[in-house]
Amino acid sequence: MTAPRGDVRIRSRWAPYVLTARYLALFALACFFLMPVYALLVTALKSPAEVSVVRMWQWPHALSLDNFRIVWPKLRDGFGNSVAMALPASVISSLLGAANGFVLAKWRFPGADFVFALILFGMFIPYQAVLIPMFQTMSYTGLRGGLAGLVLVHVIYGLPITTLIFRSYFAGVSEELIEAAKVDGAGLLASFAFIALPIAPPAFAVAMIWQFTSAWNDFLFGVLLTTKDRWPITVALNNIAGSQAVPFNEAMASALLACLPTLLVYILLGRFFLRGLMAGALKG
Amino acid sequence: MIVKPSGIRLEGVGKRFRGGVDAVRDLDLAVTPGEFIVLVGPSGCGKSTVLRMIAGLEEVTSGRIFLGDDDVTSELPQRRDVAMVFQSYALYPRMTVRKNMAFGLRMRGTPRPERDRRVAEVAGTLGLDHLLDRRPAALSGGQRQRVAMGRAIVREPRVFLMDEPLSNLDAKLRVTVRAQLTQLHQRLGVTTVYVTHDQVEAMTLGQRVAVLRDGRLQQFDTPRALFRAPVNLFVAAFIGSPAMNFAPAQIAGGEVRFAGHAVALPSGSPLAAADRRVTLGVRPTAFGPAGVAGWAQLAVTPAVVEELGDERYVLFDLDAPRVDTDATRAAVSTRSSDDALLLPDETRARFTARLPADLALPASGPLTVSMDPHRLYFFDPDTGAALRGGGSEPPASAGAA
Repeated sequence: MTAPRGDVRIRSRWAPYVLTARYLALFALACFFLMPVYALLVTALKSPAEVSVVRMWQWPHALSLDNFRIVWPKLRDGFGNSVAMALPASVISSLLGAANGFVLAKWRFPGADFVFALILFGMFIPYQAVLIPMFQTMSYTGLRGGLAGLVLVHVIYGLPITTLIFRSYFAGVSEELIEAAKVDGAGLLASFAFIALPIAPPAFAVAMIWQFTSAWNDFLFGVLLTTKDRWPITVALNNIAGSQAVPFNEAMASALLACLPTLLVYILLGRFFLRGLMAGALKG
Repeated sequence: MIVKPSGIRLEGVGKRFRGGVDAVRDLDLAVTPGEFIVLVGPSGCGKSTVLRMIAGLEEVTSGRIFLGDDDVTSELPQRRDVAMVFQSYALYPRMTVRKNMAFGLRMRGTPRPERDRRVAEVAGTLGLDHLLDRRPAALSGGQRQRVAMGRAIVREPRVFLMDEPLSNLDAKLRVTVRAQLTQLHQRLGVTTVYVTHDQVEAMTLGQRVAVLRDGRLQQFDTPRALFRAPVNLFVAAFIGSPAMNFAPAQIAGGEVRFAGHAVALPSGSPLAAADRRVTLGVRPTAFGPAGVAGWAQLAVTPAVVEELGDERYVLFDLDAPRVDTDATRAAVSTRSSDDALLLPDETRARFTARLPADLALPASGPLTVSMDPHRLYFFDPDTGAALRGGGSEPPASAGAA
C-alpha cells in the first residue's frame, strides 16, 4: 500500500541530506566497479582503427560491429562446442538433482541426512584434487577428447549443488501434498513425476542458471579433457586473448560474445523465480 | 454408485514416536461397515495419529489394523484403498480440478472413459461441473474443500478418512457443509472416520464418537450416550456446550451438600446410603425457573447474564473452590479462547444455568433457580471416574425435560 499523496511525511529533519549523501556514495561505488565493464563495452563497439590504449575511455565515434565480424570465425566452433556441452550438462544435472532432492526431502529413508551430508561434501572438493585421477579414468574409459566425457564430469560435479537446491525447495512443499498422492495410489516415481516435477520450475531455474554458468565458464576441465576440435569457448577465448601481440579490441569483442549465453539464460529463466507455482494447493 | 463398505478394526494399536512420546496407547476400536465415526479430543490426544495409521502414513509401534478382513498393518498406503481428505486439502496445484479428481483413478489404471464418467458424476453431485477446468488457485476456500471431498469420493474407496476437513472454512459455511456431509454419507454409505477437536462437530456428525485423551480411548459411544452417561470427568467436561458445571461436594444422609446448599438425592439412588466426597456435575440445562415441583431450589446471585434470544445463560459463583483437575483443564483448553480465564483470581466455582428468556430477573440481588435432582452426575474426586448409580445417570424419562 502506498500512502496517498499529500500525507505529512514523518521523518527526521536531516533525512534529505542523509539520503542524498547515501545515494551519492552508492553511485560513486557503482561507477568504480562498473569501470571494466564500461571499457569492455566501449572497446568492443569501436571500429578497429579507432582502438588505442590512449583513447581507451573515450566514447566511440561511430558504433561498429567490425570487431565481432573479425573474431566470430575464430570463436564459432568453440561456441558450438560450449552450447553442445553446457546444455545437456545443466539439464541432466538438474534432473538428477531434482530426483535426489525429492527423495532426500519428501521420500525419506533411514540415513537420508547422512547421505545428504556426503553429497554436499562433493561441493568442497577442489578441482585440482581430482584432476589426475579424472584424467586417467577418462582416458581408460575412452571418454577423453570428446564432449561426452566433459558433459559427464560437469553433471557429476553439479550434483551436490543441484541436490542442495532441490532438497531445500522440496522441503518447503507441504507434506500433505505428497501424502495425498500416496493415498491416491502414487508410488515414488509417480509422486515425483506427477506431483513434484510440475511444481519445481523455480528450483529448475536456479539449478539451470547455476549449472549452465559454471559449465559454460569452465576452462580447466575443457582444456584437459578435450582435443582441439572439441574445445569449449573458454579455451578458444584464451587462445585469442593469450596471443603474443594483443589486439585487445578483438579480445573485448570475444569476451562479450562468450558471456552472452549466460546472460541470456539468466534473463530467460529468471522470470520463473517469482512465480507462485504452489498457489491453490492449500486451504483458503 | 457401487458401495463396498468395509469395517475397520484396530487391535491394541500403539504408537511411540522417536523420543519416546506415546501418541497412542493400546487402542481397540471396531468400526462397522458403512458407519460414520468421529475421533475427537484435545490437540495432542493422538486422534490424527490414529487416522494416519489407518491410512498407512504412519507406522504402528504395536497392534494390528484391519480393513474388512485384510490385515493392512504393514501395507503401503497406496495399496490400502482408502481415501483421505486433508486439513489443508492438499490439492495438486498444477492440475485442473478434473485432473485432481481423476488422479487416484489414473494411478489405479482405471480406463479413461470410466474416469471421465465418474469424475463427471461426482462433479455433478458436488456442484463442481463448471469448475472442472480450473486450477485450484482459481477456487475459493469452500470450492477447494469440495474438490478435496470430490477427489476422495471419485475413488469409491473402502474407507473415507477425514482430518479436520472443515477447520479452514468460516463458521457459517462450516455449519452448512456439516449438514451436507451427513447427507452425503447417507447417500454413499461409505465407512468414514472423521477427526476433529470440535465436540459440536463430533456430536452432530458422528453415529458414534470416540473420545481420546493422551493417546487413550476414553469412551466410544453414540453422541447421546456420551452426553447422558459420560464415563469420567474428562468426557463430561469435554462433551456439551456450554460445558457441565462442577463443584466439590459431600454425600451424606441421602443428601448431596455443596457450597452451602443441600439437595436430597432421588429415592432409590444407589448413592443414597453412601457417605463420601464426590465431584458434582450439573448440566446447564438441568436448571429451571424457581418453583418446579420436585426440583431443588437454590438461591444464587447472578454474576453475568448472557442473552441469546430464546434463552439466557445465567452465570453465578458458588461458595466453593473451582474443580481444577487435569481432566477439566484438558477439556477446557480445546474450546474457544473465550473460555480462557480473563480474570486469573477467579478461584470460586462458577456455574452456568440455562433459563428461559422470558423469565423476569431481579435487577440485582439473589435469584432462585430450580435444579433437577435426577440429572446430577457424580465423579470420584481422585480418579475422575463416574460413580455409577440411578442418581447419577438421568432416567430415560428425564429426556423430556
